[in-house]
Amino acid sequence: MTDYKKILDKARLTQKKFSPFITLPEKLQSNSKKGKLSGIAISVKDNICTKGMETTAGSKILSGYIPPFSATCVEKVIVAGGFILGKTAMDEFGFGTFSVNCAYGIPKNPLDTSRSCGGSSGGASCITAVADFPHVALAESTGGSISCPASFTGTVGLTPTYGRVSRWGLIDYANSLDKIGCIGKTVHDVALLLSIISGHDSFDSTSLNLPSEDFTKYGKSIKGMKIGVPKEYFEGVDEKITKVVWQAIKKLESLGASYQEVSLPHTKYALPSYYIIAVSEASTNLARYSGMRYGLHQELKGNFDEYFSSVRSNGFGEEAKRRIILGTFARMAGYRDAYYLKALKVRTKVIEDFKMAFKNFDVLAAPTMPVVAPRFDEIKRLSPIETYMMDVLTVAPNLAGIPMISVPAGKVNGLPVGLHLMGDHLQEKKILQVADVSS
Amino acid sequence: MTDYRKIDKELLERVSDNARLKLSDEEIEKFTKQLEDIIDAFKSLDEVDTKNVKPSFHPQEISDVYREDKAEKFDWNSLANTKHKEGKHFKGPKIV
Repeated sequence: MTDYKKILDKARLTQKKFSPFITLPEKLQSNSKKGKLSGIAISVKDNICTKGMETTAGSKILSGYIPPFSATCVEKVIVAGGFILGKTAMDEFGFGTFSVNCAYGIPKNPLDTSRSCGGSSGGASCITAVADFPHVALAESTGGSISCPASFTGTVGLTPTYGRVSRWGLIDYANSLDKIGCIGKTVHDVALLLSIISGHDSFDSTSLNLPSEDFTKYGKSIKGMKIGVPKEYFEGVDEKITKVVWQAIKKLESLGASYQEVSLPHTKYALPSYYIIAVSEASTNLARYSGMRYGLHQELKGNFDEYFSSVRSNGFGEEAKRRIILGTFARMAGYRDAYYLKALKVRTKVIEDFKMAFKNFDVLAAPTMPVVAPRFDEIKRLSPIETYMMDVLTVAPNLAGIPMISVPAGKVNGLPVGLHLMGDHLQEKKILQVADVSS
Repeated sequence: MTDYRKIDKELLERVSDNARLKLSDEEIEKFTKQLEDIIDAFKSLDEVDTKNVKPSFHPQEISDVYREDKAEKFDWNSLANTKHKEGKHFKGPKIV
């Protein structure tokens, strides 16, 4: 029998210490359905709608919003017997690498509370690292928001192929990039949750029309598998991290896989391409927040321009404003071709790099992040562009919509290092298989 | 090479106006400098030859999905989350 009260008490204690949640319910909603997730607590990133439970996407502009429906992935979790633990902290709308752009609490890394949990699914990784009860997190990635926090907290983060999981009920950041995925303690945990939440959904026209799969049934031996090591993914990476990642690759070799260096020549262009596309899409998505239908309200004063501008200026945090401005600029007449269209064409080149590589390799292996979890005072000193540069290793696979998984590979100065395994579209089982034996 | 316009206060005010954001003088000053740095870094895209390259609006090719145009009943209370309502309607700010 699941002791819901005990689990909620533990979550509350964790909240006091590390702030992984934006919302914890007064009482956990028990679930008597028998299924693969029976007895498993599921935390939900706060940009995923939960019926009757406040959902803010980490932004003040959505404060008080109680969704009248649940996201498809949440519905599926309930049908499979899981129960919702609470809503996890994140950078506002997913705009961040360190979960510090938060309108509510900032989650702290359980391994060292002066350090970041990573972003933007920071709360998800935090509670995953701490939970000593059965738990898996529903998270979401646009440009690395699952891999990064998994890497910084020593957990496992799986970002599936774009379209594998329905985005219905996800508060959009950038529609062509957003992917709901999972963070768990083990490779099996994330594979299990993906098996439940994946599948076609008529409510999301970009969801792939494929039969459901049991992702826990990945192969056990990696004998004969070919691993590509993209050389560009080691440029500018902390030397100690490089060493840990190479040890992990050598371990895979000792288990029967072979590896070879490979070049993905457009890697360094993925970052500007990603940011231009992401902020362009974000600036259109965020146009809907105007203080009329939900979220932050003000007294109806002035004409519509004045009212909308006033609510939006009060409700959005600094990084959201920066990205709205940047995205609006990149789409404006006269600049659209130079920025937005150019970025979309470079995206094609980035995708082609991956497609070429996957003709010769089963998976690609690289470090997840160029650094270990930074301290909050170090983060404060970074300029916006320096912060964006931290995503240099995760944006390319996210642009290409290929599946990726970050698994703990070892430690540097006592802090976890993630090994990033990337696969071709729909090859989740291959990366799960390699991830499983690597850890 | 693309002829990039310098990001200045005037441009930033025009953009924020378009985006319905009212920025303070400090925000304008700060963002002008930061956006200049960001756009500068993004100019590297010019190095990529994209002649005859198609833009990727999605990671994979996605085709349009159609459904029958028939009404379905939703049982949501659309007005549940607003404070500004009158009867069955949202109440908004003045248009004219």
